Amino acid sequence: MSSLDLVPALLVILPILGATFPLALGLRYDDVGWTVATAVCGAVFALSLPVANAVYGVGERVWVIHPLGGFERPVGIELVADELSTIIVLLVAGISLATLAYTRHGGPRGNTFYSGYLLLVGGLMGIALTGDVFNLFVFLEITGIATYALIAKADGPEAAVAALKYLIIGTVGASLYLVGVGFVFLATGTLNMIDLASAIPEAGYDDPLVRMGFVFMFVGFAIKVAQWPLHTWQPDAYQHAPDGVTPMIAALVSTVSAYALARVIFGVYTVEFVHATPYLQEVIVTVGSVSVIAGSALAVIQVDVKRMLAFSSVSQFGLIVAAYGLLTETALVGALVHLVGHGVMKAGLFVCAGVIAAGYGARKVDEYAGLFARRPVAAGSMAVLGIALIGIPPSVGFIGKWYIAVGSIEAELWSVAAVIFLSTMLTLGYVARLLEKMFFTPTTGVPDGASGPSANGVAADGGEGVLVGTLEEADPVSRGMIGLAVGAAVLAVALGFAGATFHELFDPFVSEVFS
Amino acid sequence: MIDAIAPEAALGFASVLPTVADATLAPALVETFLTRYAYATVFVLLSVGLYMMIASPNLVKKVIGMNLFQTAVFLFFVAAAYVEGGVSPVVPQDSTPGELAVASPLPHVIVLTAIVVGISLTAVALALIVRIYTEYGTMNEGTLREVRVDE
Repeated sequence: MSSLDLVPALLVILPILGATFPLALGLRYDDVGWTVATAVCGAVFALSLPVANAVYGVGERVWVIHPLGGFERPVGIELVADELSTIIVLLVAGISLATLAYTRHGGPRGNTFYSGYLLLVGGLMGIALTGDVFNLFVFLEITGIATYALIAKADGPEAAVAALKYLIIGTVGASLYLVGVGFVFLATGTLNMIDLASAIPEAGYDDPLVRMGFVFMFVGFAIKVAQWPLHTWQPDAYQHAPDGVTPMIAALVSTVSAYALARVIFGVYTVEFVHATPYLQEVIVTVGSVSVIAGSALAVIQVDVKRMLAFSSVSQFGLIVAAYGLLTETALVGALVHLVGHGVMKAGLFVCAGVIAAGYGARKVDEYAGLFARRPVAAGSMAVLGIALIGIPPSVGFIGKWYIAVGSIEAELWSVAAVIFLSTMLTLGYVARLLEKMFFTPTTGVPDGASGPSANGVAADGGEGVLVGTLEEADPVSRGMIGLAVGAAVLAVALGFAGATFHELFDPFVSEVFS
Repeated sequence: MIDAIAPEAALGFASVLPTVADATLAPALVETFLTRYAYATVFVLLSVGLYMMIASPNLVKKVIGMNLFQTAVFLFFVAAAYVEGGVSPVVPQDSTPGELAVASPLPHVIVLTAIVVGISLTAVALALIVRIYTEYGTMNEGTLREVRVDE
């Protein structure tokens, strides 16, 4: 075992072990949480780079595999970094490190918060790296528990209601997935993803156990990824979560679940299974397409900006699921690009929404009137990210949609191309409303943020004492928060030029899936 | 050991399904129920749990329903691991390999992990309910909705 093989284990263990430090050190010191979290997330990010270098560095397929405890499969549990999981590892490591720049000043604070934060990072890393379908369930639940706790960290009692709703629905989703794992285990006698890929054809694609297993897993993930009509937890959760938490969960939690769905469809069940099962491809594409339309249509009628962005997530993930169902190489590359791109854009948009809420007190679309004059940088970043979300080139949103649209034409499922077009129009509808308010509507007597609802939001967040007094007088928006918003906007545009690079990175994985 | 047991259980479960389509529908169903009552129990429990989560207005009862739902999943794994005439998978020193019929240990280990996860979820859920109750003074979903609309 070379030293690189240890890295996948460290990527999971470091954040989970690190999660105990803010609590333990909190007995002695008041505000070590942020420092510990930054150190751990920085280390995780640094560790993910050599893995990425090994996986993407050479032209052929390289996997970094860590058998836990030295037990090889089929007995032991493996952590696997391949082309697909490594991009998710990079995304999780990058966004979790970047979001800390926001929480440093924007809150929520307290050592318990950072314990939950690190636990979330550990859970997400686990989902990305695990090579075992049952272990995937465990990490899904670790991620879930951390997310519920983080959402409930917001001030208002609304957050607790939203978190409980998410908890109950999310648990049903994860439990349904576990039932699916049970069925597959009954049919094949193995839990390892690589073994399952060869054991499922042996059991037969028409085996009722294998089919039931897929149905339960798919419905479980449809809840976790927030596909219409199972999305109801998501708008509440995103709207009521603290501003510093929403970028994290919006960009990562559903993204990583969508990644796990791709893993199950393409890594465990394989494309042949979907082809061999009647109507399965149609079902997947329909679930995705309906979510796209329903999500964007519901987003258009929202008045609260964070809620609007949450419904927009329903639509974007619908696009990704529909792209999985298209079963062409181009569409799968598009889905993966859109997965990463959506993560960056949504994180950026929620950071902007947080900055604007903190600095200007605006949460509703109408309150964004004349924002560009007062907060040009935040409003400008939001505009760039919104335009990227619509899919106007050059932006990463365009690249993802383009590949998916081309894939739908290759698969001769023209309806998906029509859905993409329609959803783009609807996305334009809700983003344009924001742009119009920010740039062209004069201010209408909305109080300036210094004394707005945001200021007490920051103060009440303090919770664990000391910091409250000093921060209340300071500017609620720090340079880190603004910098993060601008950085996300720049990245969303910069990644727009990386279409060919993405295609090259995913090519070994994608061509093997379809070989 | 696991490979030997699990497909056998799988075949038993799966072979029931074609017979249901036969003309002898009623006897087949009775036989299915008598021989696979564990699985029937699991799906009844799953449905009861799901119904409680949807229909009960009381938040604590929703969490109880969630527990029931999870317990059904645990039972599913335990039933799958059962081997007729098998003993618990603690192998005595003087036994000959391959002769002793034991229950498959892997699903049991899985369930143990899942139970721990379930307990943590219940704890988080109850903590959230305590917070909701102190803020709103109610655990009834309907009342809660009214109170939140008023604000």
